[in-house]
Amino acid sequence: MKTISEARGTLVTTLADDWGSDIATLKGVPWGKVMMWVFLVSDTFIFTCFLVGYMSVRMSTIEPWPNPSEVFALHAFGVSVPLLLIAIMTFILISSSGTMAMAVNMGYQRRKKAATNLILVTALLGAMFVGMQAFEWSKLILDEGVRPWTNPFGAPQFGAVFFMVTGFHGLHVSAGVIYLLTIAFRIRRGKYDESDFEIVEISGLYWHFVDLVWVFIFALFYLW
Amino acid sequence: MTEIEVPYQETIGVRHPRSWITRYWFSQDHKVIAVQYGVTAIAVGLVALVLSGLMRIQIGFPGLLPFITPDVYYQAVTMHGMIMVIFLLTAFLLGAFGNFCVPLMLGARDMVFPFVNMLSYHVYLLSVVVLMASYFVPGGPTGAGWTLYPPQAILPGTPGVDWGIVTMLLSLIIFVVAFTMGGLNYITTILQARTRGMTLMRMPLTVWGIMMATVLGLLAFPALFVSGVMMLLDKLVGTSFFMPAIVSFGQPLEHSGGSPLLFQHLFWFFGHPEVYIVALPAFGVVSELISVHSRKNIFGYRMMVWALVAIGALSFVVWAHHMYVAGMHPYFGFFFATTTLIIAVPTAIKVYNWVLTLWKANIKLTVPMLFALAFILTFVVGGLSGLFLGNVIIDVPLSDTYFVVAHFHMVMGVAPILVIFGGIYHWYPKLTGRMLNNTLGQLHFWVTFLGTYAIYYPMHYLGFIGVPRRYYANGMESDFYPESAATLNEFITIAALVVGLMQFVFVYNLIASYFRGKAAGSNPWEATTLEWQTPNTPPSHGNWGDTLPTVHRWAYDYSVPDEDQDFIPQNVEHT
Repeated sequence: MKTISEARGTLVTTLADDWGSDIATLKGVPWGKVMMWVFLVSDTFIFTCFLVGYMSVRMSTIEPWPNPSEVFALHAFGVSVPLLLIAIMTFILISSSGTMAMAVNMGYQRRKKAATNLILVTALLGAMFVGMQAFEWSKLILDEGVRPWTNPFGAPQFGAVFFMVTGFHGLHVSAGVIYLLTIAFRIRRGKYDESDFEIVEISGLYWHFVDLVWVFIFALFYLW
Repeated sequence: MTEIEVPYQETIGVRHPRSWITRYWFSQDHKVIAVQYGVTAIAVGLVALVLSGLMRIQIGFPGLLPFITPDVYYQAVTMHGMIMVIFLLTAFLLGAFGNFCVPLMLGARDMVFPFVNMLSYHVYLLSVVVLMASYFVPGGPTGAGWTLYPPQAILPGTPGVDWGIVTMLLSLIIFVVAFTMGGLNYITTILQARTRGMTLMRMPLTVWGIMMATVLGLLAFPALFVSGVMMLLDKLVGTSFFMPAIVSFGQPLEHSGGSPLLFQHLFWFFGHPEVYIVALPAFGVVSELISVHSRKNIFGYRMMVWALVAIGALSFVVWAHHMYVAGMHPYFGFFFATTTLIIAVPTAIKVYNWVLTLWKANIKLTVPMLFALAFILTFVVGGLSGLFLGNVIIDVPLSDTYFVVAHFHMVMGVAPILVIFGGIYHWYPKLTGRMLNNTLGQLHFWVTFLGTYAIYYPMHYLGFIGVPRRYYANGMESDFYPESAATLNEFITIAALVVGLMQFVFVYNLIASYFRGKAAGSNPWEATTLEWQTPNTPPSHGNWGDTLPTVHRWAYDYSVPDEDQDFIPQNVEHT
């Protein structure tokens, strides 16, 4: 019988041998999936740099930082509810990850119709998110007078980083919506009939990533 | 795992282009894309070379050319630096060598996503066009220095503040997009599209170097992208990311509360790995050249691979050694000095291994080999002065003097460019089927090699006596220089002009040999790696015939005892 350290040694060497073996390091993983993962790692660094930049200017600015509960409050039925809109937006985006995961499942079951519909639902939820973000932006810009270079609540960097980071994320969501629509269209056209529909999972990776980034933006901009 | 026996690329054919446009312009063939990258990089590099000549004329013979005003001088400094680092070195080593070597050396038909690869080049071309447009916009290109430090980069008083800085930042952002598309392709190809028998530890070191550099690029260029976006917003929209409260020309500006140091951190978080993005492929290529042309296996292959990985990892925790003079907590200085010096360990392992490869080897002094040997010497010289600059207390007085100029030109300017030359002389026969002219090659080598020492050795001395870099002219403050400083500057300028002119001989050689060069045959250097075993020379689209080659051995079977010939290609079976 093998001792634990021997077994661990075997595990490590087997892993190393598998990864180092010929043809493919990650056996059976489609090229597109590897490429998407590598891209997402790189994109993670972009968002990390943006968020670190945000923290840095929040420390360097000399004026007090605006209170997010006041800035992002929404008047509904006569009462001011803090973070109402953003809670709905977050809920919608997280739900879209759920529908995307279901689409991936349907794809691997080769249920094209269901997969396409779920992708379309995901794209619709994404579009709703972008629409509500546009509403939030226009409210901040038109009603509250928040600008990238100044705002009535405090430090001018607030508007700058808010528009830059949520804008960059919104661009990611918008690009994701277009990407998902393209994939849905191509699935319907039968472009992937000879594959295992891993394309649904690949586009899903991107979508989940955009969601995950939102969780960080939500925590750092709205809760901090 | 035995399910996958056939490389996927063997089962799918490549789609052959039908028209001239898709064959030579929007080509998806990795070799054509490599040439496109190479030609564009060389062309833009020649522009930067001419700019450096103008700078040297102003430094050596102030006022000789009256059109070199301070603005023109600073614009030349900026454009020379940015072009050489990003648009020549990075683009050539990864775009040209990467595209050419990766699929051929791995026994693949092409990159995994040829269309994205094609896009990558054209986006790169766009970034070059935007950069060059700097010279045609009102006010000309930015003169902020290649580091583009704010707040000065976007405030009046710096040349090109209206348009030049915008085109520069846009061009960098576009370049990051282009690099990402190329880099994703290299990594996926290296991981997933190797041929039968090509295990990771049988890959030539060139491929390892390119892969590690690409990983660094994908993790470091985001910081450049983000700093570029933020500075564009500061410039165009009026945000204050990098702009503190400031008085400019007696007027207080609208900005307040930003952090110029944030830019420096972001820039150098990109900027230091960038040094290794340039150096690691050069390490790989030079390992190849030394092994092939000394007919001996590379010494310590596994160590070479792990040293590449270690250098890559360490390069992300040293960036603030570029910022000692910006001021930082002494403990940070201590940390970054320590990590910087630790990088010398894996780097020294590589140098020792190159030297031990040469030990008792059958050295052939071909032109590629001369460049490889010159690289080792130059890299050691530049690396040793780096050990000085890595220490805070030595760096502070030497910062912003010619010592720094000499250091980084030796270590990341001259050394990689020598490898690029060596690589071109080495692979040109495979690319075109013709040899480059040897006499012109020798002339090019000796003038370039000795010339660069004539240029940069004296600069160390200038730095020690305190001559500051980037100065358009030395005013009254410079009275303490000895007379010899001016004489040395004249000498350096003459040497630089000679070296600069010699590069045009090299370009002539590239063009003339394409038409009149000696036929090369398929394996003129008797090398073992797969790119020399292609059925056709130059390799046809798809590289290999119906079946991909099968690899049976590592890449460095040279001078194996009791064998008939002194090299055994990778696709030859063990007997």
